[in-house]
Parts: sequence; C-alpha cells; structure tokens
Amino acid sequence: MQYSLGIDIGSTTVKTVLMEGDRIIYEKYERHMSRVRAKALELLEEMKPHLMGKRFAVALSGSAGLGLAEACGIPFVQEVFATGEVVKRLEPEVTAVIELGGEDAKIIFFDGGTDERMNGSCAGGTGAFIDQMATLLDLDADEMDRLSLAHTRIYPIASRCGVFAKTDIQPLLNQGAKKEDVAASIYQAVVNQTIAGLAQGRRIKGKVLFLGGPLYYCKGLRQRFQETLKLSDEEAIFPEYGRYAVAMGAAIYAQKTGYETEFDTLIQRIEGSVSAATVSNRLPALFENREEYEAFHARHAKADVARRAIETYEGRAYLGIDCGSTTTKMVLLSEEKEILYSYYHSNRGNPVEIVREQLQTIFWLCGDRIRIAGSAVTGYGEELIKNAFGVDLGVVETIAHYTAAKYFLPAVDFILDIGGQDIKCFRIRNGAIDSIMLNEACSSGCGSFIETFARSMGYEIDEFASKGLLSPAPVNLGSRCTVFMNSSVKQSQRDGATVEDISAGLSVSVVKNAIYKVIRAGSAEELGQNIVVQGGTFYNDAVLRAFEQELGRDVIRPAIAGLMGAYGAALYAMRVKETTLIGKDALASFVHTSKSAVCNGCTNRCHLTVNTFSDGKKFISGNQCERGLGLGAVSEEIPNLHAFKRAYLTGLSEKKSEGVRGVIGLPLALGMYELLPLWHGLFSELGFRVEISGMSTKRTYEKGQFSIPSDTACYPAKIMHGHIEELVERGVDAIFYPCLSYNIDEKDSDNHYNCPVVAYYSELLKGNMEALEQTKFLYPYLNINSRRELTRGLHTYLAAFFPKISKGEIARAVKRGFAEYDRYMAAVRKEGERAVAYAREKGKRIMVLAGRPYHADAEIGHGIDKLATSLGFVVVSEDSICQLAEHHPVRVLNQWTYHARLYRAARYAAENSDVELVQLVSFGCGVDAITTDEVRTILEQNGKFYTQIKIDEITNLGAVRIRLRSLIGALEQ
Amino acid sequence: MKKTEKSYISFTEEMKKDYTVLIPNMLPMHFTLISKVFRNYGIRSELLLTQGQHIKDTGLKYVHNDTCYPAVLVIGQFIDALQSGKYDPHKTALILFQTGGGCRASNYINLLRKALQKAGYDYVPVISMSLAGLEDHPGFQMSIPMVHRLLYAILYADLLMLLRNQCRPYEIKKGESEALAQIWTDRLAAEMDVSGKISYRKIKENYKKILADFNKIPRAEERRIRVGVVGEIFVKYSPLGNNNLEDFLVKEGAEVTVPGLLDFCLYCVYNNLMDTKLLGRNKGQYLIWRIAYRFFLKKQKDLIEIIRQNSEFDPPTPFEHTVSLIKGYIGIGAKMGEGWLLTAEMLELADKGIKNIVCTQPFGCLPNHICGKGMMRPIKERNPDINIVAIDYDAGATAVNQENRIKLMLANYSE
Repeated sequence: MQYSLGIDIGSTTVKTVLMEGDRIIYEKYERHMSRVRAKALELLEEMKPHLMGKRFAVALSGSAGLGLAEACGIPFVQEVFATGEVVKRLEPEVTAVIELGGEDAKIIFFDGGTDERMNGSCAGGTGAFIDQMATLLDLDADEMDRLSLAHTRIYPIASRCGVFAKTDIQPLLNQGAKKEDVAASIYQAVVNQTIAGLAQGRRIKGKVLFLGGPLYYCKGLRQRFQETLKLSDEEAIFPEYGRYAVAMGAAIYAQKTGYETEFDTLIQRIEGSVSAATVSNRLPALFENREEYEAFHARHAKADVARRAIETYEGRAYLGIDCGSTTTKMVLLSEEKEILYSYYHSNRGNPVEIVREQLQTIFWLCGDRIRIAGSAVTGYGEELIKNAFGVDLGVVETIAHYTAAKYFLPAVDFILDIGGQDIKCFRIRNGAIDSIMLNEACSSGCGSFIETFARSMGYEIDEFASKGLLSPAPVNLGSRCTVFMNSSVKQSQRDGATVEDISAGLSVSVVKNAIYKVIRAGSAEELGQNIVVQGGTFYNDAVLRAFEQELGRDVIRPAIAGLMGAYGAALYAMRVKETTLIGKDALASFVHTSKSAVCNGCTNRCHLTVNTFSDGKKFISGNQCERGLGLGAVSEEIPNLHAFKRAYLTGLSEKKSEGVRGVIGLPLALGMYELLPLWHGLFSELGFRVEISGMSTKRTYEKGQFSIPSDTACYPAKIMHGHIEELVERGVDAIFYPCLSYNIDEKDSDNHYNCPVVAYYSELLKGNMEALEQTKFLYPYLNINSRRELTRGLHTYLAAFFPKISKGEIARAVKRGFAEYDRYMAAVRKEGERAVAYAREKGKRIMVLAGRPYHADAEIGHGIDKLATSLGFVVVSEDSICQLAEHHPVRVLNQWTYHARLYRAARYAAENSDVELVQLVSFGCGVDAITTDEVRTILEQNGKFYTQIKIDEITNLGAVRIRLRSLIGALEQ
Repeated sequence: MKKTEKSYISFTEEMKKDYTVLIPNMLPMHFTLISKVFRNYGIRSELLLTQGQHIKDTGLKYVHNDTCYPAVLVIGQFIDALQSGKYDPHKTALILFQTGGGCRASNYINLLRKALQKAGYDYVPVISMSLAGLEDHPGFQMSIPMVHRLLYAILYADLLMLLRNQCRPYEIKKGESEALAQIWTDRLAAEMDVSGKISYRKIKENYKKILADFNKIPRAEERRIRVGVVGEIFVKYSPLGNNNLEDFLVKEGAEVTVPGLLDFCLYCVYNNLMDTKLLGRNKGQYLIWRIAYRFFLKKQKDLIEIIRQNSEFDPPTPFEHTVSLIKGYIGIGAKMGEGWLLTAEMLELADKGIKNIVCTQPFGCLPNHICGKGMMRPIKERNPDINIVAIDYDAGATAVNQENRIKLMLANYSE
C-alpha cells in the first residue's frame, strides 16, 4: 500500500496527516505561533517512527505552506482544491463545503458545477477574528463557546470585517449586554459574513460539510450555522477529521503527483530551505544600541507627576474615572493635585462591576480622613457610570485629555492618544481645541491589535514589546487596516522575519497609521511644536520610539500615559461644589442588573439595554434617539432638514393614482433619494400606481444582503438590494431605476456626473438579483438634462414593455415630473432658509449635516441628525442651503453634481460663524476620498472645524456622540 | 460652463525649450514609443522606469490613502523622481493622461498638484494630456498629426505585447521573446524619432517584419493553460501596480493574454458616439468622433488582417465584435472607468476559448463593483466553464494572498 503525507500549514496552525491508501494512520494538529518551519520540522520529527525506512508521497498546502513548498521544492496544492479532493473521495453526496480557517473562509459548491470561493482581502470574520473577540470579552475560546450556548438573544453585529464588528461589540459590552448574548452574536456575525461574503446569492442547501479548526471546536458556531442555514442534523455534517481535511486533501493529492521521498531527504529539504529565505522590505532599527535606548528611557522618565501615599493624606480629594472601550482607569487626587490612588485595568466586559469594586477599595482607603468632594467621568461608558454611581460631571474625552496634557506641558499644541480601540488626536490653538481627528472604523491598528497579536504568537504584551526594541531590522508592514497587517505579517514570516522584527514592525505601522491615516500629516511641522502622546499604547517604548523616529522630534510621554483621561477628569472634578457621588452605605447595597428590550418608539426598533440600579434608577442605552429613554418625543419643532426630506419623500407614497396602466415600483435608495419626485410625478401622470419601497431599516439590508457581489461597495448601494426585494414582494408590475451617467446640471461645476455606483447600479442588480426575474426591471440610459431627449429615450425604451404609451403622453408626463422635482427642491431650500432663520431667532447653532441626498435615509444616516438636534443643533442638509453661498473655486475637478453643492455648503459654513459643517462619508466611497480633503481645506482656511463621520453598517452612535460633543466643547471654549 | 478657475501652471512654449517632461510608466513598450512621439514634437520627454517599495511609500505619504492605488503609485513615482536629485525640479514638468470621465481617476491630476504642493514642488507644471481638452498648455498641444503618430505607437506596442505574450511561455531559449520585443521597441523608437510624413506602407512592412522575427523564435510544441488578464487599466498593465502579475502567471505555467491598449482608446472614442446616440448629447461633435472611430477601426482591421495572413499568432479581436458581445450583460452606456469594456473583455476572452480570467482592480475601485465583480455572476451563469478570479491591489495587500487566489483558479482549471 502506498504511503502519503499531507502537511497543511495555515496562518495559525500546522496539521499533518499520514495516510496509507484511504486510511489515516497518523494525524497531528498544533498552533505554530508563527514559527512555521520550526514547527513543521518538530511535527515531522514526532512522526519519525511512522516514516522511517519508507518511501512516501508528500504534498504541502495552506497559506503559509506556499512559501515553504516553493523554497524546498515539494509539491504544493492550493488548500481549497485539497478540500475538494477529500470530499470527492470521502463524502460524494455533499453539495457544499464551508471551511473556516485561521484567516481564510471558503465555500465550495459541488452541485451544478464545482465552484470554489475564498474570502477577499477585506473580510476578517474567521478563526483569528473569533480569537480576537474572545480576548475582547476576556474569555478563552472554550469559555466563549460554552457561554454562547446559553444565549437568549442575538445582537446585530456588523459582519463585514473584524474591525467593524469590534466597533459594534465594544459599546454592547460597555452598555452591560450579557456575555452569553454577545458571544452568540459574534458567531452569528461570522455566519452572516460567510454567507453574505462568499455565497453571494448562491443558496447553500442540501448536505453541507463543515470543516476547519473553529468549526471543529466551537459548538456555538456550529449551532449558529445550522440554524441560519436551516439544516437538519442529517444535512449538517461536522466530521471528526474536520481539522485535518486540508492535510488529508494534500495527502490524497500527493498520491497523484508521482513525487516520492524519504524521511531524511524531506527533513534536509525543509532545513535547507532556511537559507533561501530572503530579507526584504525592512526598516531601520529603533535603537542602534542599548545605550541609545537607555538615554531615551531616562529622558522620558522625567515626565512624571507627584504622588502621595493615601495613608498620609487628610482632607478633600477628587475622583476621575475614564471608562474606556477596553480599559477602566481611575485616579484620586489630593487638593495639591498629587495622585493618591490610581487604577488601570481591562474592564473585562463589565465596567460597572469594576468601578463598584474600586469605589469600595477607595472608600475603605479613605476611611474618615478623606472626603471625596468631587467626581467626574469620561469615556465610552460615561453615561452608564454617571448614572450608576451618581458621578457629578460627565466630561467629553477630548476635553479630559487636554486638561491633563496641559498640566504636563502648558504650551501643548498637539495631543495624540492611542488607546485600545481608537486613536484620537487634536490640535490646540490659542488655548482651545482646534481640530479633532479620530480613526475611522477601518484603520484601527491600535493598542489592542498589538496585544492580540502578541498573544497569538504566545507572548504577553510587555515581553512582546520589549523584544521589538532591539530588532536590527523591523519589517515594513504598511499602514492599513488590521486585516491587511495580518497578511503582511504572514508574508514577512515567509521571508524569514523573527518575532523581534515583527514586534518592532507592528509598532512602526501603528505609528504610521496614526500619522498618515488619521492625522494625514505630510511632515512633523504640521503637527506642532509641543507634542504630548498618551494612551496605554504609548507605554510600549517601541511605539513611542517609532513615533519620535517617524517625526524626527522628541515628544512628551507622561508617566501616567494610560491614565490621562482619568487624571484630566479628576482635575476637572475640582470645580464641583457639592458632590452627588454615591455614599459608602449606598455602595454596599449597590446592585446592577441589565436586560435587553426593543424600543417601539419608531420604525427603527432599536435594541435597547435597560440597566437597573439598586435605587431603582434606570439607564437605557442602545437607542438611536432620545425617545427610547422614556422621555417622550424630542422637542420636535427644532428644524431638521433630514427629517423634513424623509417626511416629504415618504409622503409621496400616499399620493397614489388609479394605476390603469399597472403598478410601478421605485426603490428609495441611491439616486432615487433625490429624483423620486420626478419619477413619481412622471409615472403617476402616465397612469401608473407608484409604489415606493420606503425608508430603509437594518432589515432592509439583511433582506438583500445575500445577492451583493462586491463586499467593498458602499452601504447605500448594498441596501439597494433590500429595496428591490421589498418591491418584488409587493408584487409590482415593474421596477424602475434608470442608469444616469449624468445628474441634473445645476450649472455650478465642470461637469455633472453621478458617481459610477449611483449611475450604473441597476446593471449590477440585473446581473445578480434572482428576484428581478419575477418582474419587469426597467433601467434605461436616460438624459435628464433635456426634456426632449428624456421623452425620446423613455418612449423608445418603454415601447417594449408598454407599447400603448404615446410620445405625447410621455412629453406631458416629463413636464409634470419636472414640476414635481422643482417643487421638491424649492421646498427643501425654503425649509433650509426657514431653519436658518429659526436658529438665528432662537440663538441656536446650525449644523450642516452634509453628504449626499441618500444620507438622509434613516438607516444610512443612523439617526445622526436626531442626535444632533438632541444636542441642540438645528440641522440642515447641504442641498438646502447651498443657494445661500457663492460658488467656491476648488483645486479638484468639480465634476459631480452632489459635490458642487457640498463645496458651496462648506463655503456657507466657512462664512457664517454660527454654522458648523459635519460631513457624512460612506465607507468605501472612493469619490469622497477626494471631497473630504477639499471640504476640510475650505473650512480650515477660514478657521472652522472640520468634522468627518464615516458611516457604514455600523451603528456605533457612541463614537459619533463623542465627536459631536467634542465639537460643542471646542466651540464653547 | 467652466467653473473651476484656472489654478494650475501652464506648460508654456518657453518651458518647452529646456524642460524635461517626465512620463509615468504604465506599459513599458507603449510608453517608450509614446515618449518618442513627444520628442518628435520638440518635447524633451523621459519615461520613468523606477520600481520598488519606496514608490508606494512616497505615494502614501502624499496621497490620501483611501484614494485608488494607481494614484498612489503614479504620484509616488513622480515625487520620488523629483526628490531623487536626478532632475532639476525647476526645469521639470510632469504629464498625466486624463479621460475626463465620471470616475475619480479624472481627478488624479488635481491630486498630483496637491501632492506636489505638500512636497514643496508647487512650481512644477503638470500637463494634462486629454482628448477632451480639459486644460490649456501652450507648450503641449495635441495636433492631429501627433494623435496619428501616437496611434501608430500604440498599434506597434500592442502587436509587440501580443507576440511576446504568445511566444514567451514556449520559447526554448529563455528570455528570447522579451529580448526581441525590446530590440523592436528600440528600433521603432528610433524610427518614430524621425520627423516628416509617416508612411503607412512602411508601418505595414514593419508589422510583417516583426511577425517574421517572432515566428523565427524556436518554441516548444506543448499547449499551456491560457489565462486572460482584464481590469482597471493601470493595475491590469503595470507590473508595479499588480505585483508582476504577468511574470507570476508565466512562472505558474500559463500563457497570458492581455487585451491591447488600442481597445481602451477605441472605447473612449466609441463612448462619445454613444453619448450622442443614447442621450442626444454633443451632437455637434458626432461626425468628428465617427471619423476618428472609423479611422481607428480601420487601423485595427489592417493589423488583424496582416497577423492572420502572415502568421499563426492569435490576433486581437476586432473591436466591433468585442462590442457586440456585451448584449444581454451590460448596457453600452456604462462608460465610467473601464465601464462596459471590462465586461466585454471578459466575454471576449471566453469567446476566444480563454476560460481563466484574472480581473484586477485597485481596492475599492468604484466602476469595477459594477462592470467587474457585478458581472461575474451573469458571465459564469451563461458560460459555466469559465473561471474568473477578482484580485484587489492595494498598498497594503500582500502578494501571498493574491497569489494564493490565483493558484486556486489555476488548480480549478487543471481538474
């Protein structure tokens, strides 16, 4: 019988399988901790008794196996292909295989033509992702799995990419959601990710085989898959060899290659390949030698604060709490601003409990000698902690950090804070916070990233970081999102990089990410003269050094870099006259429970978390607006142009004509958001009853999610699929969404294009949505800038579907359509002017919540407009006030209709002291990469703040709230 | 109506005398010849042949890194050249090609100017080369004879690229095809440099000589897997942009087919015709565009005919046939970026019997959501034996992931 050996080296594990014919005689599965070659050799050595003296076939597979196979000249088989080999040999009845690995996810379809798919480069949700999430929950993978089985509800978690999911999970934890539920929700996100990202419209049915490590170990994940795909126990197969399938496939493949070897030769080949490793793409060392490091260390040791033993103090004290996304920090100050007590710890997913414990300790330490005279809280958990313990003040994070930084360096003009989940930085000009930049959801290469990475390589963060300090040649890992970094690391390992080089390289890339991606600086001069860096990540000397190196200048890192928020809050608390902080006795009987609920205040149906405290007080979170708080409706009279547009457009659906010619459906998404009145009027006039799909919700998105072919397209485009599904369900006779290369020419720009997605999305819908086969889909190429051409184009096109419509009728309908469109645009502008007048009369601030027409959508805009009104802004849209400003010359090609308005709106904000502009940008919007810089320039040249909010499927209003409150805080300074 | 005030530095007649004009590199053979055409018109042009990681790094430093990857590379290459000390920045101009379409690529030139400003080179003039006549540069004016010459440069280079790709996997002596293509590029460049009237007869003679020379390369008899490369124009062609995709594919044992640059030119011209036909726009220019279209088409037909008559090589697909293939897939009005041409090229390859296709795009490329990834399902549905893999290119994307996916496609095929 022939022996064959399959070795599968993935991103995190090595698997080996030895087969004799079809029979497995040996198997082994181990994490390689990035020591690919060494681990492979180790496993082979263990197999020596089985292999000695035999000739056997061998093949390698797996993403990390590729490089090794090349280097030592052993046959390689692509891992998806290897899986296919196994299925064909062992499970011929299987219709589909789902395989999750460390960093890859794959689906193979066997029914109706083999089709094999693999996740693209922007799709985290895999084994590594589950590991990261477990870390976030402070659980190990087994515990997380066990907990997930006891869940009672599933939260919506963005499933596209690991980084996004994190942004969803963090607030859930901070709001007190149960770990059981969060764990199950994480698995659900992985399931959704796999189905949406890989199946892309192809249904997964019949017998499904589940393979790979995560699916072998996580029962909760299996359960989620089985339930979501509605598979019976017979249909869902989780085989014993799940973890080894690829290695088995490689062994089967090996039998066919004709390549045979012996144990010693194989070992020699693998060992010999070491020298073939190339050292490429390296960076200069962080420190030339140990002396240089020590000088650096001594310099930074100077930036410290006074401390005093709490036992020796008597009198008043001030408490600062920073309830951050991953850690909770607390500082107790004496009246002389000495630190009496400090605390820094991971909040283990339950910040309330941590703060309670700490308060207890503090009270005990204070005894009767010290009285806490004031308290303040900042950070993500601000509201929750404030409500739970009666903390006196809530401070916006940015203000807290500035307060603290000023203490160390009164002339500070730039602060960079890299925390666990986010990067914040702001400039100070004339003693006021001038511009605030936060990292976007896609670039969070922050502290927790290094930490998770360290753990995955088997190190604690401190050890990992110190290893990097003396790396002679850090690897260059680029400055993009974590998913990319993972594969960059993989590649560098293949090129023979050591742990030291990787650790140093990660530090450098975190820094580059901050400088070039978040701050977008071209040179050190742009940042400022007096820079303070803080946040837990800067405890890492490698990061600090990399930052100074990249900048070419020394910076201040306070010794309490990780406590700065709490320190600032404590300083801030000194202004409190009479404290409301919970007392010692009340704390002893403090109880906190949280349960979930659904808000019925509006159609958004937000998932709420209701926190109840021992005194009967309640704190509700998760709501998009104030309605869920039981406060009744927000003061509705504050003008909000986004709400106005929504009401106007959805109001059109009540105007229904007879429909003698049938029912036509208009999906309210993308370009339709503005042109709806035109098409509505036009088709009504033609004698159609017009059905409008209505405002989007999360469910709209989910409904169409399965037919989205490009996972990096923008959310407004992806949600279109749901609108189409909805219209088809309503049984309309036809759906209309035309292809418009050119938008309305408002004579304000060089050209008047639509963006490619708005213009041609119908083509994609037609090609990818099965649902459209049940109806007529009308998507003519039209020219809406000439009534004659529009009439001609429509007449020619509609003739094929509705031959009885005459050209004269269409001409009349076009006229009516434009009358409706003009009326709408006039109404929007009039309302914009009314809003401005209202604000001026009542002395309120005006916010131009600028973007594109479809950003007014309730789901796409995530209720940011409502949040803004609840913070006291009058909200106008860019198209409602652009007529109030002159045309603004820009340095870019001004060739899109929507953007011309945007630039005008920016100018309007620049010219009016009571107007602020906040730009909404959809993640993945390529065109906005150009507009954002331009809008920023227009505003900053005129001394205004520029605030950009990136939106996607994520609904993390917490971060948006911090931004807007920081803006208000900055304005008020 | 022009609303962007002229905020750029024109390339003047004066500058023409002693400025060096740098050309970014997308396609080495094509751009070498194009550079010679410029020289012929008195412009001291120089093609940038720089490669390497530092180009990406420089680009990332000066360009918003959400911007598409080609902009990062092109701008990085320019600034890297200016900083290299090889050129006197005060005597250097840059040139970029603009289509003026609805894709953000039309904005590269503005991004370049912003980047120059950031890097302290705001005085360096940037020439916009565009058939749409978007800007005014007295020292660089496109004349009909110049366009005519450029057309031949493209035809020559398309032919050389086609022949090299068809010979390279089978050549007995490694590197022979590449060397021959290089010899011919130099020879044609020398010919292009001579002013005076161009003789079309001479050009056709050259086609035949080129064909004869490539025919003489001793080649193995075997047939290899044929793999087509389509996608966004820059990453499709530029080895810098696509991590040396062609070399990788050849190493994996494939014969590579990349549709020529002339198709893209024809596509741009054809879109002007469609703007009138579909939308009733620019009726005044219709006739001129039609003349240009027919002229281009004729030149392509001649080339195809000569290849057929004089060799066994597989000629380019006639443009009109390529256009006809998209019926039932995508509308002819989808004209941003590579637009319908991208879909058409995938179908064209399938039509030729090339069943393995790599569809390349910069990460987050807007038109390719629709014309590339958006069309894969209908194409696969109606051509079940076709194998398409979409590969995203980006400053942060690694060759490992890209190569792994391409290997999957190749493994699929060999079943």
